[in-house]
Amino acid sequence: MSIWEYANPKRFMTTSAAILPWVSALTVICLATGLIWGFFFTPDDYKQGSTVKIIYLHVPAALMAINAWMMMLVTSLIWLIRRHHVSALAAKAAAPIGLTFTLVALVTGAVWGQPMWGTWWAWDPRLTSFLILGLFYLGYIALWQAIDTPDTAADLTSVLCLVGSVFALLSRYAVNFWNQGLHQGASLSLDKEENVSDVFYFPLLICIAGFVALFLTLVLLRTRTEIRARRVQALLARDRMA
Amino acid sequence: MIALLLRDLRLAIRAGGGFGLGLAFFLLVAVLVPLGVGPEPATLAKIAPGILWVGALLACLLSLDRIFALDFEDGSLDLLATAPMPLEGAVAVKSLAHWAVTGLPLTLASPVLALLLNLPPQGYLWLVASLALGTPALSVIGAFGAALTVGLKRGGLLLSLLVLPLYVPTLIFGAEVVKRGAAGLEVGAPLLLLAGITLAVTALLPFASAAAIRVNLR
Repeated sequence: MSIWEYANPKRFMTTSAAILPWVSALTVICLATGLIWGFFFTPDDYKQGSTVKIIYLHVPAALMAINAWMMMLVTSLIWLIRRHHVSALAAKAAAPIGLTFTLVALVTGAVWGQPMWGTWWAWDPRLTSFLILGLFYLGYIALWQAIDTPDTAADLTSVLCLVGSVFALLSRYAVNFWNQGLHQGASLSLDKEENVSDVFYFPLLICIAGFVALFLTLVLLRTRTEIRARRVQALLARDRMA
Repeated sequence: MIALLLRDLRLAIRAGGGFGLGLAFFLLVAVLVPLGVGPEPATLAKIAPGILWVGALLACLLSLDRIFALDFEDGSLDLLATAPMPLEGAVAVKSLAHWAVTGLPLTLASPVLALLLNLPPQGYLWLVASLALGTPALSVIGAFGAALTVGLKRGGLLLSLLVLPLYVPTLIFGAEVVKRGAAGLEVGAPLLLLAGITLAVTALLPFASAAAIRVNLR
């Protein structure tokens, strides 16, 4: 029993069909609990007022925007090395989700920044690198759309994903060259004694869990759609041959 | 390899179009920006480093799709791929040829355009130095984008979308060198980082580009 058995599309379809209801239920429970708790049952911050509550959308979305690219990097590597089609399709399925998370993070950040910093947008290192990450997602999706042959598209987008990862990282450090901008440092980390105050911390953790589950649900759903679309293509091709 | 380089240079110069186009575009940017933002010398001096680098970058972008497209259409790319010389080498040489007909003239012409944009005098040396160091990276990265899109009928716009985010670090460090040079500050760190990017992409990216071309020729 190895993990590679799930590379078989049929095996993947049965397993994901079994998992999917559970993950979607987990998504709904976590997001409902986290957001309701966060929005209605936590106090306003003494300086930021109620705008502090945007944290429950902003932080998880930003976190998952980066992790989605990481997942695409891993699945692209698996496709290039072992050529499992499910892997390539999962990368394809994850890209629009990652782009959406990036946009959510940027928009919620702007909505928070307007009352707090007095500006919707600033060319702050973190903001800029997120915008660039969004551009990478756009390019990646556009390349998938542009190429007709599925295997060629999978190969080229995988190469782009590998090269893009290096450059995305490089851009992240390049923009650091400007002065440290408006954005605060990390408010969550595993090795710190105290992060944000506990009152905000626990609903935030639940929201993060909810976003992880949401990402998982959407990726599984979209990968299943891609596999079905691929099957339809194959059936149509067989019909034409006959 | 030298034969390939000479062939590409000859094609670029004699076929016309691509060679002068980048330079003309660079000139246009440098002329249009003062018309757009107004002629105050102080404002121009402030934005000159950024405008010159953005102009050079866009001028470079114009001719990228020509790196492989013509050879792909007439089949010489297939011959290059099956030739005894590794395809990685061919990619590197073609990037070098692209740089020689776009990046190099841009670098040489940049002081004249800097004059139009009122760049402070101490910035000239660093402008030429940063462009000379940075434009090879633009050509090599561009060759990667061209390799990804070579099989596509209308890859031009997609090529720009793919390549522009990859240009970000080069642009930031390049413009930073000129900005600091013009202000009379220490330029060592961004200059070294710029050189590092150029060396790293020249050493590594041809492998990715060659892989992409092999996929496209399949």
